[in-house]
Amino acid sequence: MSNSATKKREPLFHIIKRPAIPMWQSLLIRAGAILAALIVAGVITYFFTGLNPISVYTTMIEGAIGTEKRIWNLLQGIALLLCVSLAVTPAFKMKFWNIGAEGQALMGGLASALCMILLSDKLSGGMLMLVMIVTSIVLGAVWALLPAIFKAKWNTNETLFTLMMNYIAMQIVSYFSYKYSVPKGSGSIGIINSSSKLGWFPSILDQKYLLNIIIVTVLTVLLYVYLKHSKHGYEISVVGESENTAKYIGINVKKVIIRTMLLSGAICGIAGLLMVAGTDHTIATGTVGGRGFTAIMVSWLAKFNPIMMFLTSFLIVFLEKGAIAISSEFDLNSSFSDIITGIIIFFIIGSEFFINYSIKFRESEKEGKNK
Amino acid sequence: MGTPAIELKNITKTFGSIVANKDVCLTVNKGEILSILGENGSGKTTLMNMISGIYYPDHGHIYIDGNEVLIRSPKDAFKYKIGMIHQHFKLVDVFSATENIILGLKDEGKFSLKESEKKIREITSKYGFDLDPSKKIHEMSVSEKQTVEIIKVLYRGADILILDEPTAVLTPQETRKLFAVLRNMRDSGKAIIIITHKLHEVLSLSDRVSVLRKGQYIGTVNTAETNESELTEMMVGKKIELNIERTKVENTPDRLEIKNISCINREGVTLLNNVTFTAKAGEILGIAGIAGSGQRELLESIAGLQKLNGGEILYHDPQTGYTENLRDKSPVKIKELGVRLSFVPEDRLGMGLVGNMDIIDNMLLRNYRKGKSAFLERKKPKDLANKIIEELEVVTPSAKTPVRRLSGGNVQKVLVGREIAASPTVLMVAYPVRGLDINSSYLIYNLLNKQKESGVAVIFVGEDLDVLLELCDRIMVINSGKITGIVDANEATKEDIGLLMTKNDGGESDE
Repeated sequence: MSNSATKKREPLFHIIKRPAIPMWQSLLIRAGAILAALIVAGVITYFFTGLNPISVYTTMIEGAIGTEKRIWNLLQGIALLLCVSLAVTPAFKMKFWNIGAEGQALMGGLASALCMILLSDKLSGGMLMLVMIVTSIVLGAVWALLPAIFKAKWNTNETLFTLMMNYIAMQIVSYFSYKYSVPKGSGSIGIINSSSKLGWFPSILDQKYLLNIIIVTVLTVLLYVYLKHSKHGYEISVVGESENTAKYIGINVKKVIIRTMLLSGAICGIAGLLMVAGTDHTIATGTVGGRGFTAIMVSWLAKFNPIMMFLTSFLIVFLEKGAIAISSEFDLNSSFSDIITGIIIFFIIGSEFFINYSIKFRESEKEGKNK
Repeated sequence: MGTPAIELKNITKTFGSIVANKDVCLTVNKGEILSILGENGSGKTTLMNMISGIYYPDHGHIYIDGNEVLIRSPKDAFKYKIGMIHQHFKLVDVFSATENIILGLKDEGKFSLKESEKKIREITSKYGFDLDPSKKIHEMSVSEKQTVEIIKVLYRGADILILDEPTAVLTPQETRKLFAVLRNMRDSGKAIIIITHKLHEVLSLSDRVSVLRKGQYIGTVNTAETNESELTEMMVGKKIELNIERTKVENTPDRLEIKNISCINREGVTLLNNVTFTAKAGEILGIAGIAGSGQRELLESIAGLQKLNGGEILYHDPQTGYTENLRDKSPVKIKELGVRLSFVPEDRLGMGLVGNMDIIDNMLLRNYRKGKSAFLERKKPKDLANKIIEELEVVTPSAKTPVRRLSGGNVQKVLVGREIAASPTVLMVAYPVRGLDINSSYLIYNLLNKQKESGVAVIFVGEDLDVLLELCDRIMVINSGKITGIVDANEATKEDIGLLMTKNDGGESDE
C-alpha cells in the first residue's frame, strides 16, 4: 500500500528503476564517474594545497607503476587483496554477511607462523610447507565454521558473530606475539627463519612475489568456475536469492551454509598463508591490515564476479599506492591521499546508483504513480 | 433509522487498467454496524482505504455528517474522526499498550503516561475491553494486540470505526468478546464498518449488509430481512459462460490419496484439520476457498514442504503399481522414489523461480542435480528454455534474460512450462492465472487440460468460481483448514460453492 498516493502535488523529481541497460552504457557511466571524481579531486587539491592537479596525478601513476619493482609490488598488493575478496565472495553470494575475513585470514597466518617457529627444526622443508598449508586452511575454515554452525542451527546474526571472531583472533595473535617475541619481551616476533628461510615461499624467476600472484590467479579462475558452473555454486546462488525457492527444490539450506562458509574460511586461511609465508615472514595483529574489510567492497563492486574482482582490487590497490606516493613526494600528510582515494571511491560507488536508477524530473502532465 | 455518519456517493478508483471500485454508494448511520461483504478482490479493502485516507478516489464524493469532505491523508481521516483497524497490526513490539496508543499524538499540555493510562482505562471500562495498558506488545496475544489497535483509534476520538477482517486471526471465544465490545460501541452511538466474508458473522453482528462484487456495488440489505443464500447469491453473482473446453477422460484411477492429514503451526493454530480426499489421474480437481483457508499448507504438505501432525499421503505409482507414503518426506526424497510431482506455487518469483536468474538457470532448478559430475550441464536446460519460449510464446528478449524482467504472464508461462516439462503424474497449481490477461489465462487452461487428457492428476487451487466450475471435474471446498464438501463441477452452482466456502459448520464462533 503506498501511503503518499494521495498527495496532490508531484515531487520535483522521481527516482525510477531502470530496466537493464546495455554494457557500453554502463561502462560509459562508470568512466564518466571516474572522470568526474578526478576533476573534483583535482579542484580540491588545487584549493587546499595550491599544487597542480596534473602533476599530482602523474605522481600518483608514477608511484603505482613507475618502475618495474613498483609494478611487482602493485601486483603483489592486488594478489593479497584479491585473495581475501575471493574468500568472502561465496558467502556474500549466499547473503551470509561474513565480515570476519580479517580474523579468518589472521588465524590462517598464525597457523603458518607457528609452524615456522615450532616445526622448522623438526621437519624437512617440503614437509614443513605441506603442514603449513594444511594448518592454515584448517584454522581459517574453523574460524568461519563456528558462526556458520550457529547461523544454521540457531539462526544467530552472522554479522555480529563474524565481527566478534575478528577480535578473538587478534587477541590470540597478540598472545603469541608476546610468547615468541624476539628479543624476549619486545612484543613482536620479527622475521622468522631470516637466515634459513625455512617455510618461506621460494622466489620464481627471481621474483619473490610471483608465487603469490600465480596462486591467486589460479584461485580466481577456480572460484569463477566453481560459482558459475558447479552444482555447489548454483546452490549458493539459489540460497542467496531465495531460501523459499531453495526449500521448494529440496536444497538443504543448512548444509549449504556450512559448506560455503568452510570454503570461505579456507580461502581466508590461504590468504593468511600468503601473507605470512609469501610476504611478511612474521605475524602481528596488523598482518591482514584491514584487507578483510576492503575485500567486502572489492567483492560488491565486482558484483561477486571473481574475474571482475581483479579490476576492482586493481583499482583500490592502485589508488592506495598512488596516494602513498603523492603524500611523500609533495610532503603532504597521509590524510590527504586518503581524501583523494575517498573521493574517487565515492564516485565509483555512486555511479552504481545511476546504472540502476534514472532520475525523472517533474513534467507538466501528471504521471501515473509507480512505486 | 439514525442519522448518517458517513455517506459515499459514486466512488470510483482504478489502478492502471484494473477497476477496484466502480460507482460505489454507501451510507453508514450513527449507532449502526454495517458489514461489507465480498469475495477476495472485490474491492472491500480499497474502498475502506479511501475512507481512511490511504488512497484518494478518482471520482465521487464523501459526506460526513452531511458535509462534503476531502480525505487526502490518514491525518485528514483522523480529523473527521474516522479510525481504521487494519488486518496487519502496526504496533511497536517493545512498547507497552499505552505507549503504542499515544505514539505519534501531538500532546497538548503536559506529557504524562499516567494521565494517558487513566484515559485508556476509562475507555476499556466503558466498552468492556479486557486490557492491561502497561503490558508490552510482544507479551500479548493476537486478540490483545487487536484490542490495542481499537483503543488507539478510540483514544483519538474516532466516531467511525472500520475493521478489516477483524475475526480472521481470532479464536471463537475471542471473536465473541470482540462482538460484545462492538455492540457496546454501537449502542453508545458509534458508526462501525466491518469488512468480512464470513456470512454467519454478518448475520449475527451487523444491522445492515452492503455487498461488493468485482469492484461493483451490488446492494445493501437489512440483516433482519435476509438469509445466507440471498447474501451468497449477491456475493458470487450469476454464472458466466467462459467456454473453457472440458473433456471427459474415461480411465481415471486413483493417483493420490490424502488421508486425515492435520497440520498445526507453532502458535497452535490449526491450519489443516483432518483433510481427506483423492486426486484421480485424468481429472482436474479444483480447490475453492477463501484465501488463507489452508490451500497453501495443503499443497505444500503434498510437496514435502510442510510438516504434518497426522495423517497419510499415499501415492499410487502408475508404473510399478506400488503405493508410497509421502508424508514427511523431503522433496528430494519424493523425487528419488520416482514420484513425478510438479508444483506451481502461488508465490512465483519468491518460490517457484529465482527472479535474478535467467530462464535457462531457472530451468535448471528442478534437475540440476542430475548426473554424477560436480558441474552443471546447461545444454538441455537451454534447449528446454528455447522450446518453452517458442511453444508458450513467452515474450522475452532472450533465454538469458532474468525472469524478474518478464511480465507476470510470461513469468507464469516459464514456471508452468518447466513444471509440465518434467512430465508429471501429479500436477499441483496454485492460482495459476492470478494477474494474467485473458489470452495467457486461456493458454494456461489449455495446458492444464492437455495434462489432464494425458492422464495427469491435476490439482487446481483457484479463486474465480466461474473458472473452477468450467475447468474442473470435481471441486473440493476448503474452509478454515477443513474440507466442507467435494462437489461435481458439472452439477454444482456458484451458490453451492459459495455457501460451502463461508458456512460455519462448527457453530461455535456464533453466539
